[in-house]
Amino acid sequence: MDCDKARTLLPAYVDGELGISEALDMGAHLEHCVECSRQHAGDAMIHHGMRRRATYHAAPAHLATRVRKALPASRAAATQPRVRRWDWSHAGAAFATIAALAWSISLYLGIPDATERLGQEAVSAHMRSLVGDRAIDVASSDRHTVKPWFNGKIDYAPDVLDLTAQGFPLVGGRLDYLADRRVAVLVYRHRQHLIDLFVWPSGDGAAGAPRDYSRNGYHAISWKRAGMNYLAVSDLDPVDLSQFQEVLHASVAN
Amino acid sequence: MPHLDAAYNLARWLSRSNPDAEDIVQEAMLRAYRFFGGYRGDTARAWLLAIVRNTCFTWMKDRRDSISSVPLEEDTDGAGEAALDAGSNDANPEVLLARLEDTRLLDGALENLPIEYREVLVLRELEDLSYREIAQIANIPIGTVMSRLSRARKLLSKRLAASGKELGYGL
Repeated sequence: MDCDKARTLLPAYVDGELGISEALDMGAHLEHCVECSRQHAGDAMIHHGMRRRATYHAAPAHLATRVRKALPASRAAATQPRVRRWDWSHAGAAFATIAALAWSISLYLGIPDATERLGQEAVSAHMRSLVGDRAIDVASSDRHTVKPWFNGKIDYAPDVLDLTAQGFPLVGGRLDYLADRRVAVLVYRHRQHLIDLFVWPSGDGAAGAPRDYSRNGYHAISWKRAGMNYLAVSDLDPVDLSQFQEVLHASVAN
Repeated sequence: MPHLDAAYNLARWLSRSNPDAEDIVQEAMLRAYRFFGGYRGDTARAWLLAIVRNTCFTWMKDRRDSISSVPLEEDTDGAGEAALDAGSNDANPEVLLARLEDTRLLDGALENLPIEYREVLVLRELEDLSYREIAQIANIPIGTVMSRLSRARKLLSKRLAASGKELGYGL
């Protein structure tokens, strides 16, 4: 790798956006080129310095309330302009009919298997929870608060683990509906990403190998262990999500 | 509202004002709700941040049109960029490292960067988004994300070095 190319790709190297072979080339170049490695050190300092010290402006507490209050009114407003655009709604309806027909044919041709269906369901549940206002029913980082909250709401007691030390702090839990039943969802955080962990009894004691599923930038991994089904969904990249699964396994084992 | 913090953080860094950021976030959240039906791809956070960003820019443009004394871009960075192209990162590493530990200096330098550089730095370093996500949010090619981040980091280290001097820290 020459200096020109190295300078161009330097930011991507600092941000971990290079592929393995380019990153290796870059590493080799930096070992020998004093000037490029000086540039690299400067960029890396800013990169780490900002992450460590720059202010993250979290929303003030009253903002959520304020936005929530404003919401229903805006929904009503959103439906008003339809009157003026009624002629488009015919085209829209025709299009919707064709789309629905095409969709049902494609569904018929490609009926998803059980894992995929479950993955879809879980990703949709996760999305709904993020867009609506119900990602968390019980907000607490204390597992001794979250676990009892499920008492009486479901007919099993999910294991609630504190993974803060491993980089996945517990944020809370909620009830959701998956695989035709009420299930416990434990919500963890990793950096700015939320992870939904669905937990429900599997009906048998068999362990199952992990299966994964991706859609629209969301990833899901499902597995079975000790009579429980686990399904983790997040917009984290798949590597971090499998790390979460491993961390969880290691903690259960202890 | 799990992405409220991300929305507010971006709006606050772009608008540089707490009350403006609140108004922008509220408007962006309303838009997000209204248009959710049309939402198809990718992560909810990136999608919401794209709406926040666009709301911000519209908001600032409206303000600039009504109050002509508020410039959207700082005029001072023509000089800064020229210097950037000529040389590059020549701040003393130890001094830079010390300045980076000072949140007040760092925030000040970041706040005074031109908005297109501030934007990519906030999305990358504070929101930890990938180049692909930043490209979608800022509506620019991935290559531009990379080159902007490069210039943004160099400009920030230059300004940090300068900000210390003004305060009498010396180099």
